[in-house]
Formats: sequence, C-alpha cells, structure tokens
Amino acid sequence: MKKKWVLLAILSSIGSVLSGCKSLAVLDPKGPQAQTQANVIWLSIAIMAVIVIVVCAILVYVLMKYRDSKLPKDYEPPYIEGNHVVESIIVGVPIIIVVFFSIVSVISNNKVEATPEEYKGQDPLVIYASTSDWKWHFSYPENGIETVNYLYIPTNRPLEFKLYSFGPITSFWVPQLGGQKYAMSNMVTTLHLAADEAGEMMGRNANFSGKGFAENMFHVEAMSQVKFDDWVKEVKATAKPITPEKFNELLKPGHVGQLTFTGTHLKFSPAPEGENAGHHHGSSDTNADSKGGHMEHDHKTNDGNESSEHNHE
Amino acid sequence: MGFFTRFLIPNPSPVIYTSMVAIGITILLIVFGLTHFKKWFYLWSGWLTTVDHKRIGIMYLIAALLMLFRGGVDAVMMRAQLAIPDNKLLDSQHYNEIFSTHGVVMILFMAMPYIMALMNFVVPLQIGARDVAFPRLNAISFWLFFMGAMLFNISFVIGGSPDAGWSSYFPLAGNEFSPHVGTNYYMIAIQIAGIGTLMTGINFMTTILKMRAPGMKLMRMPMFTWASLVTSVIIIFAFPVLTVALIMGTMDRLFATKFFAMTDGGMDMLWANLFWVWGHPEVYILILPAFGLFSEIIPTFSRRNLYGYRSMVASMVFISIYSFFVWTHHFFTMGQAAYVNSIFSITTMVIAIPTGIKIFNWLFTMWRGRIRFTVPMLYSIGFIPLFTIGGVTGVMLAMSAADYQYHNTMFLVAHFHNVIIPGVVFAVLGAATYYWPKMFGFMLNERLGKWAFWFLTIGFCLAFFPMYITGLDGQARRIYTYSESTGFGPWNMVTFIGTVLMAISFFLIVYTVYYSIRHAPKDVGDDPWDARSLEWATHNPVPEYNFAIIPQVSSREAFWDAKYKGHELFKGDYEKIHMPNNSGGPFIMSCIFFVFGFALVFSIWFLAIMGLIGIFVCMALRSFEIDHGRYISVEEIKETEAKYGGVNK
Repeated sequence: MKKKWVLLAILSSIGSVLSGCKSLAVLDPKGPQAQTQANVIWLSIAIMAVIVIVVCAILVYVLMKYRDSKLPKDYEPPYIEGNHVVESIIVGVPIIIVVFFSIVSVISNNKVEATPEEYKGQDPLVIYASTSDWKWHFSYPENGIETVNYLYIPTNRPLEFKLYSFGPITSFWVPQLGGQKYAMSNMVTTLHLAADEAGEMMGRNANFSGKGFAENMFHVEAMSQVKFDDWVKEVKATAKPITPEKFNELLKPGHVGQLTFTGTHLKFSPAPEGENAGHHHGSSDTNADSKGGHMEHDHKTNDGNESSEHNHE
Repeated sequence: MGFFTRFLIPNPSPVIYTSMVAIGITILLIVFGLTHFKKWFYLWSGWLTTVDHKRIGIMYLIAALLMLFRGGVDAVMMRAQLAIPDNKLLDSQHYNEIFSTHGVVMILFMAMPYIMALMNFVVPLQIGARDVAFPRLNAISFWLFFMGAMLFNISFVIGGSPDAGWSSYFPLAGNEFSPHVGTNYYMIAIQIAGIGTLMTGINFMTTILKMRAPGMKLMRMPMFTWASLVTSVIIIFAFPVLTVALIMGTMDRLFATKFFAMTDGGMDMLWANLFWVWGHPEVYILILPAFGLFSEIIPTFSRRNLYGYRSMVASMVFISIYSFFVWTHHFFTMGQAAYVNSIFSITTMVIAIPTGIKIFNWLFTMWRGRIRFTVPMLYSIGFIPLFTIGGVTGVMLAMSAADYQYHNTMFLVAHFHNVIIPGVVFAVLGAATYYWPKMFGFMLNERLGKWAFWFLTIGFCLAFFPMYITGLDGQARRIYTYSESTGFGPWNMVTFIGTVLMAISFFLIVYTVYYSIRHAPKDVGDDPWDARSLEWATHNPVPEYNFAIIPQVSSREAFWDAKYKGHELFKGDYEKIHMPNNSGGPFIMSCIFFVFGFALVFSIWFLAIMGLIGIFVCMALRSFEIDHGRYISVEEIKETEAKYGGVNK
C-alpha cells in the first residue's frame, strides 16, 4: 500500500514538472525554427527518459535481489565471463537509438539552417545584428534604419540575420524564435528565423563577453507587417541619422539604452563579408578601410575602460 | 615604485584582502610548525626528494584535496551570488574571475591530480611492479603540476585572476579585452602543469607496456590498469595540442603576435578549435580512469568477476579513438555548414554506445553477485543512475539543431557537472576510501563516510537538476546577475542549498579522515575488502619495494585466484632489490620553473631569462649525473617482511 503512494507521489511530481516545462522559453516557441527545436527536444526527452527508467529499474532490481543481507549464507556468486546474446542486445539497442537520433539530428539541423518551409519563396527581411561591448546594433538595410538594443520584426515573413561582432565572440539568441548563433569579428554568420505570432520576447547575447555580459540583452517585439511598416515610417520621420562619429562613440565599451537612427552604419563601416571579410587576403582599398575601422576601435577601447566602469555603476 | 604596481590586483575587495592575510598566516604556521617539530629534514628526505610512486601518489592526493577546497570555495561564492535575483555580493569582474578559476582549478588542478594520485599509487601495484618506468621523471611530473597549480592559485592575490572563462576564448582573452595579467597566469600555469601531465602519460604508457609481472598478458590486466593505459595514450596525443595552443596564446599576449587576434589575418576560431581538440579528449582522460576505478570497486563488493571484460576493454579503446573526432560539438553554433554539424553530431552520439555498454556491464556485474553496501560501493551505485542522466543529456546536446538552444545555457552547465561529479568525483572519492588502507594502513570510518556520501548525492541533485529547467527557460551560463522578472530566483536558491549540502559533505570527508586517524584500528590486515587484484597481495601500508618477490600471474583475477583457487603467486626466494635513489633535482627544477613562469606572467624579462638558463642547467646536470640506484639487501627484506608478517601467508 505504501509503495503505491510513493509511486503516485513520484508520478504526480513528474507530471507537474513536465506541465511546468510548457511555459519554459525554449519549449514555448513563437516561430517555426524554435518549434522544430522544441519538437526535437521533447522527442529526445521522451526516449531518454525511457533509457534512464530502464537503467534505474535494473539497478533497483539487482540491488534488492542480490544484497548481502538478503542472500543465504552459503550463496557464492558464480563466475560469468559474458554472454553473446546479452552483449548484442546492449550494443544493438543503443545502435538503433543512435541511428534514429542521427536521422532526426541531420534533418532538423538542415531545417533550422534554411529558410523555414512555410515561408519558402517569400523574400526574406535581412537584418544585420552586430555587437560591441555590451550592446546590440540592428541594421535594416532594406528599410534604411538602425536600432540599438531592441529589435522589431514583422510576423509571417522569413528573417535572415547577418551576425558579426566588433569585439569578443558573442551569440545572438532569442529562445522563443530559435536557437543561437555566434557573432564574430572577421566574418558574418547567418541565422534563419521567422515569427509566427505577434508578441514580446527576450533576446540576449548568450556567449560570455566580459564585464557587461549579464546585461547584454535586447528587447524583441514581433508585429504584423502593417504595424512594422508604420513603425519604420515613424522612425524615418522622427529619428536622427547615424553618423560615423556617433557610431564610433557607440562602439566604446559600456551600456546604453534603446536608440533609434535613420540610415545604417553599414554604409561607412561595412560588415566583414565578401571582400570586407577578415580572411580575405586581397589588398583592395575597402579591405584596408575596414581594418582601419578596427584599429580605430582598438585605440578607443584602451581609454574606454574607465568609462565602461562608469557606465557599469 | 612603478615596478611593483604590476603586482596589485585590479579589483580588490575585502574577501581578497582577508584571503591574503589567511594565506600569510597559514604559511607562517607551516614554517613555524616544521621548525618547532624539527621536520624540515623529514620533509626534504621523505617527500620533496622522493621518487617513490606511492609517496608521489599521496602528494598528488593532498594537492587534489587542497584544490578541491579552493575550487569548492569558488563554487559556493558563485552560487551564493546567484541565489537571489539582483544580488550585490560580488561584482561582475569578481564573478568572472571566480567562474574562470573554478573551471580551471576543478578540471586541471583537482580532477587531474586526483586521477594521477590513484594512477600513481595503484597501477604499479596492480601490475606487480616495484615502481614506474621512470621514477625521477615521475617526480618531475608531480612537481611541475604542483608548481603550475601554485602559480595559478597565487593569481588572485598577486596581479589578478584570469577572467575569460576556463575555455579562455580569444579575442576576449586577448590584451585588448583582458588587459590585466590574469590570462597570462592561465597560459603559463597550465603550460607548466601540462608538461608534467604529458610526461606522466609517457611514463605510464611505458610502465604498463614494459613492467607487468610475468604472466600478466594485456588481456589479463586489471581494468583500472587498462584505463590508465588508454588514458596515457590519449594524454600523449591530446596534450601537445594544448601545449601549442598555449604557446600561441602566450605569444599573442606577451609578444603581440596575431594568431588569435581580430586583425591582420588572426583567427579567433582557431583558438576555439585547438582548445577543444585538446579539451574533448581531456574529458575522457578524466572519465576513463574513473570507469576503471568503478570496474575495480564494483566486482570487489559484488564478490563477482567483472562482467564482459573484453567488451569493457574494447569500448574503452573505441572511446579513446573517437574522443578525437567530436570536438566541434562544443561550438555547433559557430556558423559552419549544416553538414559539418551533422557529421559531428553523429560521431558524438556514437560515443554513447560504448559508454552504454559499460553501464550495462556494471549492472550485470552486480547481477547474481553478493552486494555489500560499503562507502566505495555506495559511490559506485550512486554513479550509475546519475551518470546515466548525465549521459542521456549528453546525447540530447549532441543533436546539433537542439544544441542551438542548449548551448551557453545552464542546461549545458547541468549536463557537464552531471557527468563529471557522479563520474569523476564519485569515482575518486570512492576509490580513495577503497585504497585508503593500502595507502595508510587503516580504514576510513564507514558511518561518517556514508553521511558524506548522502550529503554529496542529495546536494548534487538539488544543485544541478534545477539548472536543466532554468537553462531551458533562457538562463545563460556565466551571468553574474539576473532580474527578478526572469523567474530564475527560486530555482537558483534550490541550487544554492544543494551547494551548501555539497560543501558540508566536503567537511564531513575531511572530518572522516581526522576521526579515522584518531580512532580507527591500525591493524586491518592486508586484504580488508576481500579484493580481487594484485595490489592487495602485498602489505598494508605497502613496503617501499612493493613486493618482496615479484608475483607470477596466471589469470585475470590473480589475487582472487590465489586466495580461493590455490594459484601460487610468489615463487622462489628473496633476492636483493634494485631501487632508484631519491633526488632533489625534480623539486629544484620545478621551483625554477615556477620563478620562470612568474617572471613571464609579469614580463620581468631578466628573471625569465635567468629562469630559463636555470632550467637548462638542471637538465644538463642531470645528463652528466651518474646514478645507478641502490640495492635493498636480502637481510633488510627479511627484516621488513618479518615485521609485516611475510609473503605467502
């Protein structure tokens, strides 16, 4: 009778934890990529739970049955070398599981690395997301605007994020839209996302990048295309243009609030892609320019340390 | 004065000043104690100059326990800071330094030496040898490790600790973003300790291949010896990668090279790759010996032979090779193409198969056995379900698309602690209890040991299981604070409570040792656990020469078969025994290494050059030294054996 209650208590606690999981950010997707990932996660949790339960069950059975105190005094354990049937089962079953998971893994990875199925054929909105210590710069070349530390996106349209960094490696992560990807200096990485429904979300840099890392977050809001267009119009009418001076000021280490500009910094400080990439070893003028930009940044950070501490307080 | 300002710490706090005073007082007390009790000569002749693998093993063990304390204090401070939202206990810089040193100390200066302690102490005994193949090299290995660890540990009171994480990714670890000397300490201290580890690998591979007792074929070796052999091979292949990466990193920081820089063709991704090409095999360098230890403990306390010996060996060899083909899974999110991720996703999952085989083999070893719940066995039993959870979450992380969501979150932190603590820490704690009588001639108190086990296990579950949940809810790792609105608060409080239980468990373990020294009976016989392998065929504690007569092995469980099947282990008469001489060389050279490293950290070039010359002088002196060792006479052996009760009992 007692055992039944214990079992019931365990089952109900597992149940409550699992139902609580539904509200966890990663398992509460708002876009197709995050949905794919959540599906993979649920599937693997389910199969893995079975494995853990099987191992625990065997362990408990063995411990109950073969403990010293339960056995007759003259019981002497046998010498067992091994058994081919048993060994092929403990090799075979894991192989089947791994083959299955490999297929799931390859398919899902290719899925999240491409424009989401539902939105194929649509023209994606390209957004350049770059980091400097410790803020996010979002450039919308299509709309000719730029924001700092907040991201507005239209729903039901594929999004293509072009990620790079003006400093340490960072990682662009909006858990409810999809998994993260690194932003690095010298090259641009691409992250395909999309939002199915409107709403506010948390986005952050997930990769440790120094003193101001914990606060290196940004606000994400998904809205209908109409609202998005209205917002772009409003920005164009009210915001000031971004200038090289203003942008270099922003690159200094520290925290700033949410800012909005017209134009993008890509005009005067192009992203490290194509011929501007760091590993492009040609000697074209644009390449030299982008390096000059980096060096200027180097000088800035040296005397920027104090101001960063200042900002931090 | 300008010269001395470099030694100041960049972010002083009352905690650090207190520790400075504490360190000062401890050093004074040790010096005073050694002088008062006239122990300086004993320390020098008995320990600092020793080449005896058993004493070196014990020194590794003491160093590992000290480092466990250091790394544990870091952990408690971290979790205290995160226990409540918007906590002001630590500032961001201090927190960053603490989690960076926690990782390095726990992996490289706690887990590694703990494994080395057991390898040093147990392997020569298990294969019936008198010492390792190169005893003096072994002493150099230990002292280099020790000096590396000390150099790393003084960082927080002199100059500042590394603050770029234990993986120290560039460009964050470069001069531009980490301007104080912390990362210099990281590069140079790990380098010095790493050279020691590499030599240990060479030493143990040679020892195991060349010095086994007659009759001990490869497939008759005890499982821990197999694990040590495989681990040594991994060390020999993996550590040179770390050596090269650290040299490049040191060059970047001290001599303005651009290997990992953001400009002039430098490549930050190169560091990440090199680090994990070493870093992933490193995980197996830790876990395989742990597997070996469980494979010794479980059969002993199940009173049964190890099930599936051949598949155990095969799976270890398979893991050792495969461990070199999975490193990219540490950065699935670096932007490589989906097919690259797919390949590494599959190779990573494949490693789960041999690991699963081992889990089932341990279960089948207990099956039809006669299980005794001793402290070492409790650790092994606790290991199986907890490590399985760690293993399956590893498979979850190996699914690259899902990893985009787990990466850099507390989910990942929970996973790797979930394999390292039940895997490595349980193994070494259990094994230390198991081999304690072999090392010191008395048993550790079982009742206290069980309390420590339960505190550790329950503390572990409370500390790490909530992290899986907050990770999935978006709590990134390495954040020093979070706001209340995130809802991470209660879970992090549970984690903190778990951490406190684990800390209590550490003090219980220390108290167990103290209590047992005072109260445990000193005569426990040579085979207190009724064990199965050769190390138990000699006395407790082990005499200097290990075995008066080299044993003859004719089966896999040589000692068990000698006890219960009448195999004869010790044939023939006493003969004089050739032993290596003690030498101060390793200790002195390692001290010079310490000075050299310290000088490099602070760019004191004159001292660095002097140190380098000193190191070469030491090596030259060794080359011209003639030392053929010494002999222990038959009379002396007879005397010692009579004291212990003699062989062939």
